[in-house]
Amino acid sequence: MTRLSNAFAKRHPALVCFLTAGDGDTSANLDALVAGGADVIELGMPFTDPMADGPAIQAANLRSLGVSTTTADVFAIASAFRERHKDVPLVLMGYANPMVRRGPEWFADQCKAAGVDGVICVDIPPEEDEALGPALRAAGIAPIRLATPTTDDKRLPAVVAGSEGFLYYVAVAGITGMQQAAIESIRANVARIKAATETPVAVGFGVRTPEQAAEIAEVADGVVVGSALVELVEKYGHDAPQHLRALTASLAKAVHSAAKAAA
Amino acid sequence: MSTSTPTTAAIGTNSYRQMPDARGHFGDYGGRYVAETLMPLILELEKEYRKAQADPAFKAQFDDLLEHYVGRPSPLYFAERLTEALGGAQVWFKRDELNHTGAHKINNCIGQILLAMRMGKTRIIAETGAGQHGVATATVCARFGLPCVIYMGATDVARQQPNVFRMKLLGAEVVPVTSGAATLKDAMNEGLRDWVANVHDTFYIIGTAAGPHPYPELVRDFQSVIGKEARAQMLSRINRLPDLLVAAIGGGSNALGLFHPFLDDPEVKMLGVEAAGYGLDGDQHAASLLGGFPGILHGNKTYLLQDEDGQITEGHSISAGLDYPGIGPEHAWLKDMGRVEYTAVTDDEALDAFQLLCRTEGIIPALEPSHAIAAVAKRAKEMDRDQIILANLCGRGDKDIFTVAEKLGVEM
Repeated sequence: MTRLSNAFAKRHPALVCFLTAGDGDTSANLDALVAGGADVIELGMPFTDPMADGPAIQAANLRSLGVSTTTADVFAIASAFRERHKDVPLVLMGYANPMVRRGPEWFADQCKAAGVDGVICVDIPPEEDEALGPALRAAGIAPIRLATPTTDDKRLPAVVAGSEGFLYYVAVAGITGMQQAAIESIRANVARIKAATETPVAVGFGVRTPEQAAEIAEVADGVVVGSALVELVEKYGHDAPQHLRALTASLAKAVHSAAKAAA
Repeated sequence: MSTSTPTTAAIGTNSYRQMPDARGHFGDYGGRYVAETLMPLILELEKEYRKAQADPAFKAQFDDLLEHYVGRPSPLYFAERLTEALGGAQVWFKRDELNHTGAHKINNCIGQILLAMRMGKTRIIAETGAGQHGVATATVCARFGLPCVIYMGATDVARQQPNVFRMKLLGAEVVPVTSGAATLKDAMNEGLRDWVANVHDTFYIIGTAAGPHPYPELVRDFQSVIGKEARAQMLSRINRLPDLLVAAIGGGSNALGLFHPFLDDPEVKMLGVEAAGYGLDGDQHAASLLGGFPGILHGNKTYLLQDEDGQITEGHSISAGLDYPGIGPEHAWLKDMGRVEYTAVTDDEALDAFQLLCRTEGIIPALEPSHAIAAVAKRAKEMDRDQIILANLCGRGDKDIFTVAEKLGVEM
């Protein structure tokens, strides 16, 4: 069992919480997510050109780069997190260029050394995944793929085939933090994906409130929340941890109890 | 980076004109590095493009619009007084600045809007830097009655007001982009964000030979009309091919358009001219090939201006049209293959060349081809009088007179 498979083997669906590395006091903020009940931590690697992100996470990327966050800083945050939290899975999410700049093997080795469990790369589809995916697998890091509402049945097998740890279902054809998808669409698509793979399916994009999270937790193995948390970092700065903890706790309660009701 | 393809590709059955491969790769470059949401769409675009290529009606409509709407073929012109002034090789120009809308950009927009309509798309989006591609896109949208949204960096909106007004006159909505440095790359990010949220009805007309496959290929193909015409015109006028082709490079579409039909003519050398801004020794330039490293951005693997962590850095050029931190992937491949030579020209050299062409030929060039002209001026002097340089005059300078006036210290 890996940290990720343990997180998805719990009796309830997993709450996956996202923050951008280097935006605010990231270590204190990540601790607040764990204290609030997050099951998986998703740490965003800042990038100058976050094409898949909406305004909240774009701004977080720029704030982070504005204080000169480097790739080394991201791995330092990850390593320190792993020392403090032996069992909480940590996943890096980001864009291809910073991941391949020094070579995919270098990146995979750094992930392994820092205790990272998985990597979500937004802009490397299965068709181009000849270098990064194999390097990650060789280092024991789960490459986590994204499926979307536009992923048709023809493409789905290729998408799920390479995904380990979990599969990230992007609920809306769009960018992060904007509109919410209809639950009917999420239910149908998650069912379609689950028919194609044993890998747990977590749903994200546009999930902001405990109510939405609870609804999605009824139909998926995990719920991802990002922009709503990132906005708290922007709004409260050094006072963010208490607010992050409070929102995470209400999200965790919703996600964890929704499943108990279902079970 | 290394490729296994032999450098003698033009000999025998090999060719420099067979790229990309089936997966959209030019050697190590190109590809389809996009978010999953866009993958099905660009696969469909490729399928539809293959059908269009095989459809004589598509080609007939494209050719008809280029002739009667754009004004092609553009003239091939011997620049006699410039040649005299330089005192070396004969300088010829392909006059793509005489096209409708004043630049080569319209060739590509005609092709892509025909594709969009074949695919049943009802809304067009595009990014623009200097505004030339935005104007060309707004133009074809007006011509075919499709709504049009143009993303343009807020910095560029401020410094290219005449083109912003042109786009609005043509009925386009111009959206200023304030994220990042608020220039071309940020406009492209915003275009991709719009596209990903509106995949069902929207077609993204990319303005240069970059982005995810099949864009680099189809933009090159639509722009290749430049080189096909020039090759035929050269042969019919003087019954020989030029010794050297020269073109400016931002994303690289006008250069590929000129170069591609000549790639398998071994006697024809080629020179791509990047923008050196304030000089290649600092970081205030836009020379991705000469001053960058391979990486992944905006859907393709190519040379990028970037730091050691892979963060994209801001280019600088006096020409807003060259001010992009990437380059079309086919240029990256042609550079590694050694088939095309690449050089760079500073803001000041381009400004001198701009004035030189005004005074010797009565042609006000855009700042983009002024870079090519600066390189021509250097090379012509080193070549014999019976040799021929053919440069692409890819845009006219009306849009740039305010920038040039400011640089020359003239108040308008």
